[in-house]
Amino acid sequence: MESRNNMKIDRQADRIWDPVNECMAREELEGLQLARLRETIDRVSHNVPCYQNKFAKIGLGSKDLHTLGDLSLFPFTTKEDLRLNYPYGMFAVPLRQVVRIHSSSGTTGKPTVVGYTRNDLQTWTELAARFMTAAGVTEDDIVHVAFGYGLFTGAFGLHYGAERIGASVIPMSSGNTDKQIMIMQDYRSTALVCTPSYALTIADRMERLGVHPADLALRVGLFGAEPWSEEMRREIQNRLGLVATDNFGLSEVMGPGIAGECSFQCGMHIFEDHFIPEIIDPDTGEVLPPGSVGELVLTSLTKEAFPMVRYRTRDITRLDYSPCLCGRTHVRMCKTSGRSDDMLIIKGVNVFPTQIEEVLFQVEGCEPHYQLVVDRVGGMDTLEVQVEVNERIFFDEMKKQRAFVDLLEKRLASSLGVGARIKLVEPSSMPRYEGKAKRVIDRRQS
Amino acid sequence: MKVEQISIFIENKSGRLADVTHALGSAGINIRALSLADTSDFGILRLIVDKTDEAKAALKDQGFTVNKTEVVAVEVPDRPMGLYGILQVLDRGKVNVEYMYAFVERCGENAVIIFRFDNPEEAIRVLTANGINVLQGERVYSM
Repeated sequence: MESRNNMKIDRQADRIWDPVNECMAREELEGLQLARLRETIDRVSHNVPCYQNKFAKIGLGSKDLHTLGDLSLFPFTTKEDLRLNYPYGMFAVPLRQVVRIHSSSGTTGKPTVVGYTRNDLQTWTELAARFMTAAGVTEDDIVHVAFGYGLFTGAFGLHYGAERIGASVIPMSSGNTDKQIMIMQDYRSTALVCTPSYALTIADRMERLGVHPADLALRVGLFGAEPWSEEMRREIQNRLGLVATDNFGLSEVMGPGIAGECSFQCGMHIFEDHFIPEIIDPDTGEVLPPGSVGELVLTSLTKEAFPMVRYRTRDITRLDYSPCLCGRTHVRMCKTSGRSDDMLIIKGVNVFPTQIEEVLFQVEGCEPHYQLVVDRVGGMDTLEVQVEVNERIFFDEMKKQRAFVDLLEKRLASSLGVGARIKLVEPSSMPRYEGKAKRVIDRRQS
Repeated sequence: MKVEQISIFIENKSGRLADVTHALGSAGINIRALSLADTSDFGILRLIVDKTDEAKAALKDQGFTVNKTEVVAVEVPDRPMGLYGILQVLDRGKVNVEYMYAFVERCGENAVIIFRFDNPEEAIRVLTANGINVLQGERVYSM
C-alpha cells in the first residue's frame, strides 16, 4: 500500500454504511441471493418477452434453481440483446412505473436505454452511499462531481449517493477545466468525482496554471467509468494530493454502485445482496473456478424496471473471496484489466491498453499521455505507441534520446510479448479527455 | 565560462521550425547559433540566443518542450588544421565531445565552435591549460 498518501485516510474510512447487509455471513447471504434470484427469474419470465423466449427455448424456470450454481444453466444476456430490444423491450415494468431513464455511453451504434422505478432509484442511492462511505466520504465532505450530467449514469449515481450520506454536493459536470480548478479552490472541494484520465487532465492544467495541490482541500478522489492501473493511481495521488479510490458500475446493470473499494484498497466489494457475479471464459462462455481471470458476468437481484440475468459486462477481472480486513463479507473484484472487446490482438497476442500504460508509468518521467496506433503493413500487424514528450524525458543529446526510446521499446516487448514501436510526439498533440479516454486507433481492415 | 543553450523537441511535421522561429521573433529574441539533429520521427533543435530565459518562456508558452543545457564556446583559429588542433588537445585530455556546431559570427580573427561535453568543467580546464580561449557566455550572447 502507498504509505504517504494513505496517511490521510482517517479511521472514518472504515465506516460501513449498511453493516447488516455488507457484513452478512456468507451462508445467510447465499440464502438471500437464491431467494432473490428465483424472484428475478420469475419476474423476467413473466414480463420480458426476450427472457420468456430464451428460457422457454431451453425449458428452464425459477423451479430449476436449486442452488446458486444452477444459475449457470441460464443463457447470457448480451449487449446485442439490448440492441435488438431497443428502446424499451427489456423493461420488466410498464413505463408508468419508470421514474428515470438513462442511457449507456454506447460508442458504436444505438445506445442502450435503461429505466429505474422509484425503488430502483432508492436502491441505487443506497448502494452509491455504501461505496462512497467505503472510500471515506462523510457528511463533512464537499463532493465535486466532474462527471458529465446527462444520460450517462455516473454523475447522478454519485450525486445522490453523496447527498444520501449528507455531504455537500457541487454538481459541476465535466469540461471547462480552468473553472473546475477555480471552484475546487474557492469552494474548498474535498472529494473529487471524475474519470481517472480527467483527474490527470486537471493535474496537468493545475501545473500549467501554477496551482499546487496544497492550494486545494482535496482529500479523496472517487474515480471510475474506465479501466486504470495501479501506477495511474499513484500518479494521481502524487499530483493531486488525495487518496484515489476505485469504484465500478455499468449502466446496463445499474450504474456506479455495483462495487467499490474499502480503505484497504485490495479490490472492490461487489454488493452481493443485490448482484451475483460470475467469471467466465470470454471465448467458451464456461464459468471459471474462483480466482480465475476472465469476463465478469452480473445478475441483478433487486432491480424492478431493468433486471439483468447473466449480463456479459465484457470487463476482464478476477474475484477474491478471501476475507477482507474491513469486515465486509462481500467478494472483491480486482481492478478491471481491460474489456474483452478492448483487447487488441496483435500478431496473435492479446494486448490490453492498460498493460502499456503500466510500462510507461514505470519509466521515470513518463506521463500517461499516450495513444496506440495499430496498423497492418504488408500483412503484418504493427503497434505504435505514441508518447508525449516532456522536459524530464527530453534530452539535448540524440544518444540519450535514442537510449530512452530503446529502453521503452525493450520494456514493452518483454511485458507484452509483442514488439511495439515508440514514437515520441510533441506535448498536447493528443486530445485531453473530459470523459473516457480513447487510447486506441486501429487502422486494420477487419 | 559556460554558455547557456536551449534545446527544443520538434516533431517531424511541416511548419514546426517556422513556429519556433516565429515564437522567438515575436518575443524579440535573436538567434545567435543553431544546430538541428534529426531522426525520421523528431528533431532536436539547439539554439544559442541573446536572451535564454525569455526564449525558453516564449517557447514553453507555445507548448514546446524546452530544456536548458550548458555548452562551451571555443575560439578556433580560422585556418587549415585549426579545429584539428583543438580536437587533438581534447583527445589527449580524454575529454568526450557529445556534439558540436559552428557559430555564425567570428570573434576577431577566429571562428567560434560550440561544444557539448559530458564533463564541461574538465573540458574547460584542459582547453585553457593548453592556451585555447574559451568565451564567456555574456560575450557569446551579444556577438
